[in-house]
Order: sequence, then structure tokens, then C-alpha cells
Amino acid sequence: MNTTQNTQPAGLQAPRAKMQAQDVRVFYGEHQAIKGIDLELMENEVIAFIGPSGCGKSTFLRSFNRMNDTIEGCRLEGRILLDGEDIHAADMDVVMLRARVGMVFQKPNPFPKSIYDNVAYGPRIHGLARGRGDLDDRVEDSLRRAGLWDEVKDRLHAPGTGLSGGQQQRLCIARAIAVSPEVILMDEPCSALDPIATAKVEELIAELSQQYTIAIVTHSMQQAARVSDRTAYFHLGELIEVNATDKVFTHPQNALTEAYITGRFG
Amino acid sequence: MNSTMLAIILLAVTALAYQFGLLRSTRQGRTLAREQVHSRPVYHAAWLAICCGTPGLLVLLLWSALEPLLIRNWLLASWPELLGGPAETAGTILMRRLQELAGGADNATALELAAAQQLGQLQTWAALGKTALVALASAGGLIWAARRMNATFKARHQVERMVRTLLLGCSAVAVLTTLGIVLSMVSEAFNFFSFIRPSEFFFGTKWNPAFSSTGNTHGEYGLLPLLWGTLMVSLIAMLVAIPLGLMTAIYMAEYAPAWFRDMAKPVIEILAGIPTIVYGIFALMAVGPFFAAAGELLGIQVRATSALTAGVVMGLMIIPFVSSLSDDIITRVPQALRDGALGLGATRSECIRQVVLPAALPGIVGAFLLAFSRAIGETMIVVLAAGNSPQLHANPLEAISTVTVSIINQLTGDTDFAGPQSLVAFALGLTLFVITLALNVIALYVVRKYREHYE
Ligand SMILES: Nc1ncnc2c1ncn2[C@@H]1O[C@H](COP(=O)(O)OP(=O)(O)O)[C@@H](O)[C@H]1O
Ligand SMILES: [Mg+2]
Repeated sequence: MNTTQNTQPAGLQAPRAKMQAQDVRVFYGEHQAIKGIDLELMENEVIAFIGPSGCGKSTFLRSFNRMNDTIEGCRLEGRILLDGEDIHAADMDVVMLRARVGMVFQKPNPFPKSIYDNVAYGPRIHGLARGRGDLDDRVEDSLRRAGLWDEVKDRLHAPGTGLSGGQQQRLCIARAIAVSPEVILMDEPCSALDPIATAKVEELIAELSQQYTIAIVTHSMQQAARVSDRTAYFHLGELIEVNATDKVFTHPQNALTEAYITGRFG
Repeated sequence: MNSTMLAIILLAVTALAYQFGLLRSTRQGRTLAREQVHSRPVYHAAWLAICCGTPGLLVLLLWSALEPLLIRNWLLASWPELLGGPAETAGTILMRRLQELAGGADNATALELAAAQQLGQLQTWAALGKTALVALASAGGLIWAARRMNATFKARHQVERMVRTLLLGCSAVAVLTTLGIVLSMVSEAFNFFSFIRPSEFFFGTKWNPAFSSTGNTHGEYGLLPLLWGTLMVSLIAMLVAIPLGLMTAIYMAEYAPAWFRDMAKPVIEILAGIPTIVYGIFALMAVGPFFAAAGELLGIQVRATSALTAGVVMGLMIIPFVSSLSDDIITRVPQALRDGALGLGATRSECIRQVVLPAALPGIVGAFLLAFSRAIGETMIVVLAAGNSPQLHANPLEAISTVTVSIINQLTGDTDFAGPQSLVAFALGLTLFVITLALNVIALYVVRKYREHYE
């Protein structure tokens, strides 16, 4: 495989790998969607996954918190480590894993509950809050960090589904960070949003990256260029190239990557 | 010639007309450029066939409907001396007698024989006239259509219009029949209320219809004991069906692997297809005695035929109904919502309890209401297993009666629809109809509302 994985983003000193994928292969029944990928998610970086649709970006992303377990007939080979521990190990509980590795989906999917209950959902199932006041604080804090507090503080008990698309997506981000994850996976979080809402979410990603490790799938190369430190290019289930974002966009090492970012296919 | 023969011949002629149209329009179109020909030959042929068959068929139907009436009136008018009593019934008897005689029977008076002979003659003429008229109508239609037909004729539009008319006609039959049923129920119910005051019926607490032979009182027609019985049995049924049906639905929609679902769902749906009388027998032979025996063990007086028996078996009957409706609704909850909850670290059952079910709740409630209306209208199980005792009491271990059972009771045996004893069936039926209609309307509204929400 012709993976290029050498250059670290400049300015970071001795970055530590938060998650490591080692020779990951994913199958849907007989069909192999991921064909043996090695990739590390560095602490506090934003890494963008790009590539033509159907190349396996979502599948690979969902492997990091075992969301593929929920799909009948989906099977993973290889290893994925979180802080050096195998996430498929017998003593790794998937509930705990997903509390540490959160996820934001393509379509905003607030629960049919109030805004407050949406954000409080995670803390409640994980028993993170001690008492009502603590929970209130956590909800407020999460909403603030998602940049949504000012817009919703007067209607916390209105249904979450009543918000606009962009607000719903930020609500979903607030919901994800309310359980204090270490890694946040985002699968095309802006593809259902208008440009203004997109800008807000991108701003938010930049802020969150100071605290979390973020992997984001995007079909917009501009977005990858704006928000990410590193970019990984996927093609037909293989990782073709991963490098500092500006390098990938200015000097792609691989002809396939170049063809994709210059818009020759996609 | 009898009507069946005529209809068959008409069909054959129509088929010939179709072939003729096909040939003729193909020939007509041959000399023309493609864009000058409006419709393809099949449309011309279909049009020709319709124009030929329809008038003949209509004449045939009309004639067949009117013929017996006309012949009867004619005969009764010509032989008034044969009529022994009032025209209504004696006429019918006489006609039957004459038919027999015309078919060749003996021991008749000369007068009767003459009348029978006339009947035979009339029938012969009628058959001739019918054949001639049908032939005329068909031929007329065919000729009219054939003359209009040429390459530029827009046969396709005509055929489409006729198809639409036909479909409209068919749906009108369904709607009008329903309307007719409701109207006749309403009018008979009004008839009933001329004997019994509505307040006595709707708020009466005693159900004791006396048959006319027992005296000149009509008895008591209080709806409440029956309504209460219906309600009690249905509620017991729902108590059985809701938990079992809902759990089944959740398992099927959320847990069962595909192969199991593919196998089990048809089986569950077969349960829904078992005739209710079979459930009734099951209740009577197995469940009732079982409850009675169990009660005896516990030292409780339990009747074999009771609200409990009927309710439990009815609940079993409704399970597939509840489960397949709820299953549909649960499956319809977007995967994105499940992903959201699972992605936050919810377990499967937390996800279902806290996210999927609340999202599906309106639809599920709708499903429950539909099942409830089904239970209310259910008859055979309660006839066999509820014990038929129209009393106002709250003990499910005792016998009870329901609206449906009482309808059956009032209509079996000799009925003449002149007194409240049988007319009350219409009032009961109407009440039942209104209740189930209301439940269905609410349920459908709720379900629709829910679907809009997610699609
Ligand atoms: N649930 C599924 N069942 C079967 N095949 C799937 C499923 N999801 C994705 N795939 C297949 O896996 C491949 C990768 O899909 P995906 O990861 O969604 O690509 P991307 O996100 O890059 O568009 C595709 O060929 C797709 O058809
Ligand atoms: Mg995708």
C-alpha cells in the first residue's frame, strides 16, 4: 500500500497518539469496505477524512467507537487502540467506550425530548451528575461550549426538534460533549446545513479542538482545509495519503489525491 | 334464449368487434404518416369493443331487472279472479303456482291453466324481445363507433375516459353500499326509538327484553349493562394484548436477527387469520375450564364462561394485530435516532425505552386504539365464552354479556322487525358502529400525524 504518513504538523511538540488503527479491515457480509488501514489520531488534533463517496470514510470513522457493531452483518478485523488499550478487548465496555469517544452524525438527530433533556441524556445514562444542580451546570456548560446557550437559554424545556437545522446540529454537539468525551467523531456534520450554520459549526470545531481529539468526515475540501490539522485521503476502502492539511492540498504526494482535490473525480 | 346464453354471445360479439377494430384501424393507418395517426390500433379496437358491448349489456341488465315485474303486473291485472287475497302475498303465491303449471304440472283448474299458458307465452315473447333489443343496441353501438372511427380519431382519450368512468363506478358502489347500510341502520334505529325512549335506552341500567308472547310490555332495554360488558371484556383483552403485543413488536423490530424475523412474522400474521369462532371454541373448551379449575384450587369462585375467559382469549386474538402495527411503527423510527442514543453510550434497552418508544408513542397509541375498536366489535368469542348474563357488575370472574352478543340474541329465532325486540339490534349496531368509527378516526389521525412527523 502506498500510504504516506511521515510529516507531523509543524509547531506541535512530541504529539501523542490518542487512537491508533492497526491494519483495520471492515466487512459488510462478503463485501470488504475497508481494506487494511493504519492511522493514528493525535491528541488534540483535528483530522479530516476526505474521498469520493462510498470509499469507506463513514465506515472507518464508525469503527473508532464501535458504532458498526449495531449494523447486522458488519465485522471488523485488525486492532483499534484508545490510549494504548484495544477497544475490542474483553474488558473494554462499549458503553464506556462510547462515553469516551463521542459521535456527531450527518443529519442532526435530536431526540424527541426537550433541549435540556437532550443534553442531559448522556450524563443521566452514565450517572455523571450529582444532583439536579450539578446536572443543570453540566447542561449549561455544554450548551455554552456548543455556542448555543444564548439562543436557547429561555426555552430549555421546548422540544429539541423545534430548533433550526444548524441549531439542532449544535445541540447534538452539545449532547456529545456533555459526557466529557476525549475523542469526537463527526460524520459530515455540516452536509445538511446552510452556509451560515456551517460557519458556526466550523468555528465551534476550531474551539473544541483545544480540548478534544476530533476526526471529521467531510465532502467539502474547503471545509477540510479550514478546520483540520491533518487530512487523510481515502479511495475504495484504502487510505491513500495522510499528511498536514496544507501539504495535502498544495503538494499531494499521490496522483489519486491530486486528481480528487483538483476535482477530476469525486 | 336465456340471459346467460345472451351474455355469452354478447361477450363473443364484443371480442369480434375488438378484432375487427384492430384490423380496420391497422389498415386505415397504413396509408398515413406516423404523426397523423393519433392512437395505436389497440385503442381503436378497445373503443369499438366498449361501444359494442356496453349498450348491449346495459339493455340486458335493465330488461332482466324489469321483466319479472312487468309480467307479474300484466298477469295479475288480466286474471283478477284468480287472486285469493291481498295483492302483495297472494300475488306472489299465484305467480309461483303459475310458474309450476307453465313448467308442466297437473291438477289445475281451467282458469289456472289458461293463465299459465299466458305466462308461458309472455315469457317467450319477452325472451324474443330481449334478444332483439340487445342485438339492436349492440349493433347500433358498433355501427355508430365504426363510423366515427378513422385514423385521426382520438380513441386513446376516449378509452382512458371510459376506464376512469368504470373505476369511478366501482368505487361508487363501495361508498354507496356503506352509506346505504348506515342509512338503513339509522332509519331502523329511529323505528326502535318510537317504541322505547332514547333516554331509556342509553341510560337504562336493566337489560331484559321480553318477547311479545309474554304479554304486552316490551321489556327493558337499558344499554349500560351491555356497554359495560363490552368495555370490561375489551379492557381485559387490551391488558393481555398490549404488553405481549408490544414486547413482541419490540423484539421483532429491534432484536430479532433478519432470518428469525422473516420466519416469525408470517407465523404471527397467520394468528391474525384464524377465524374468531376457532378462538371462541378454544375459550369455551380449554381456557374457561382451566380458569375454573385454577379458581377452585385457590378457593375462588370462577365461572368457566366469564368476562375473564372471553377477555383473555380475545387478547390473544388481538396480539398479532397490536404487534404487527407497532412493529411497523417502531421500524419507522429513524435509524439516526437510535444511532444518536447508542453513540452516546446508551445500551440497547435504554435506547429503546428512552428514545425509540417515546418517538414511536403516538403511533403506538394509534395502534392500541385500532386494536381496541377491533375488540369492541368482536363477537364470536364473547358469544361462546362470556356467559351471556347482562348484569351491571364489576367482577370479571362472573358471566357478562356484550353489545354484540345481545344483537345476536335479539336476531336469532323468529323475528319480524315489527317490535322493539328485534329492532333494538339496529340501535345496538348503530351504537357500536359510532363507537368503533370514532376510535378508528382518532387512531388513524394519530398515526397519520406521527407519519408526517418522520417522513
Ligand atoms: N450498512 C451497510 N451495509 C452494507 N454495505 C454498506 C453499509 N454501509 C456502507 N456500506 C458499503 O460500504 C462502502 C463504504 O461505505 P461508506 O463508509 O458509507 O462510504 P462513505 O462514507 O465514504 O461514503 C460502500 O461500498 C457501501 O456500499
Ligand atoms: Mg458517509
